[in-house]
Amino acid sequence: MNTSSQTASYPGSWQKPPFIENPLLRWGLIVGAAVYLTAALGTMEIDIDRVMEGLPRGKRFLDAFFPPNFADNRGVMWEGILESIWMAIISTVVGIALSVPIGLGAAKNLAPTWVYLACRSVIAGSRTFPEIILAIFAVKLFGFGPFAGFIALSLGTIGFFAKLLAEDIENISPVQAEAIRATGASWFQWINYAIQPQVMPRMIGLSVYRLDINFRESAVIGIVGGGGIGATLNTAFSRYEFDTAAAILIIIIAIVMTLEFCSGFLRKWVQ
Amino acid sequence: MPTMTQNGELSWKRRTTATQLRNWAYWLIGIAIVSFAWHLISEKTIWFFVQDAPRQAADMGARMVPPKWSYMSQLWKPAWDTINIASIGTIIAMVIAIPVAFAAASNTTPHLLVRSAALFVIVSSRSVNSLIWALMLVFILGPGILAGTIAIGLRSIGFCAKLLYEAIEEIDQSQVEAIEATGASRIQKIVYGILPQVMPTIAGVGIYRWDINIRESTILGLVGAGGIGLQLSGSMNTLAWTQVSMILLVILATVFISEWVSAKVRGAII
Repeated sequence: MNTSSQTASYPGSWQKPPFIENPLLRWGLIVGAAVYLTAALGTMEIDIDRVMEGLPRGKRFLDAFFPPNFADNRGVMWEGILESIWMAIISTVVGIALSVPIGLGAAKNLAPTWVYLACRSVIAGSRTFPEIILAIFAVKLFGFGPFAGFIALSLGTIGFFAKLLAEDIENISPVQAEAIRATGASWFQWINYAIQPQVMPRMIGLSVYRLDINFRESAVIGIVGGGGIGATLNTAFSRYEFDTAAAILIIIIAIVMTLEFCSGFLRKWVQ
Repeated sequence: MPTMTQNGELSWKRRTTATQLRNWAYWLIGIAIVSFAWHLISEKTIWFFVQDAPRQAADMGARMVPPKWSYMSQLWKPAWDTINIASIGTIIAMVIAIPVAFAAASNTTPHLLVRSAALFVIVSSRSVNSLIWALMLVFILGPGILAGTIAIGLRSIGFCAKLLYEAIEEIDQSQVEAIEATGASRIQKIVYGILPQVMPTIAGVGIYRWDINIRESTILGLVGAGGIGLQLSGSMNTLAWTQVSMILLVILATVFISEWVSAKVRGAII
């Protein structure tokens, strides 16, 4: 037996294979990232003196947060939070109602090309601009208050929900759709019995998720005049009532945690 | 199978009567909540302004065209800053999010207490919007890019860590066991057993978040945290609508380019 040739066929040490196999791409990405980072950091203009000066002020600022003051402005806080919740609910419902037809139109396997392109461009337009920018324009058009926030959040919902709905419809099993079509179903029956049951569980989960996002966004839309808890928060900041601001932030975190818990529970229950 | 009698014949229907009634009850509750919400919102609305909105929109639209192309020469720097805020913020977030994710995943966490702490970090970072982080950081660090970058970083930690720890929890345990059987230490187990499995997720999440951050960093300037939002709010306050439309075009272009880049890079890596 020739044992030496057998041991020779095993290398003595092993190395982890690199994550990106193509060496050209790997080194290209590394060098590109390094060049970009030096350029970016070089032009950042960090004012160290200002930061140093700000740090003790930052400590005082953080000290002012504690203890959070839930009591003094309770009435205003309650009103803001309720307004945010109602705004989030109604904008989610209206946004989803608007996104269902758009989502159906943006699914490649349902719609003719021109409808597809039109719906996709609506989605792209709504996705490009953050809710805040939409809110700025809504406030200009509709005046201060929750109505502007409602419009901005509904438009934001379209970009999110219609896109995911369209992608989900494109990924459905065509077998069931064909089976329903073979029974001679009309278009509406086809949508209702073949498409809807397949996408419904995920869509319910997503709508709760979007409710969660809309509530969180409603907390900042107030900064530009869109009503809700954000307006209260912004007022608290500009009146230097940081203890109230801390209380509002804690309430926002608590509501978001509750919503997240509920959405996880609901998603499990639906599926 | 739920059935009903139609013209004296048995026929199929989709739901049993009980389910049908329950569904109707849910719809009733839902509609009641929505109409109550609508009632409250409409109470606080000045309807005259809403009726006036189409005319205002037409007026504003007319003032916005044509975009002031010459303003572009002043926009290169803010646009570059916006991209930097997003990129460096994402890098900061990923560097912090990876250890947090390993602490939060139930199969890699060193202790239950560490796990709850990590989960708390994730939730609080996710709940506070980057604009609010920026608002606070501008107080501390002064207006500028640094505040925006850190705001984006803090906001993204929760998002990245959440997606990563879910991926870590869903890995194939048999590979980890194989590594463990060779006598590997805890760190070696993570580096050789878990990391290669979640590496595509790490890359994917980073690029996905970068794409979102480009969008978010366009608005940070509204509270003074650098980027193109500063020019946007300045132009709006001075009612320079042709500049506003130019800025919106730049934002549109930046977002499209970032989406294209992220799709390309994701395709190349994964």
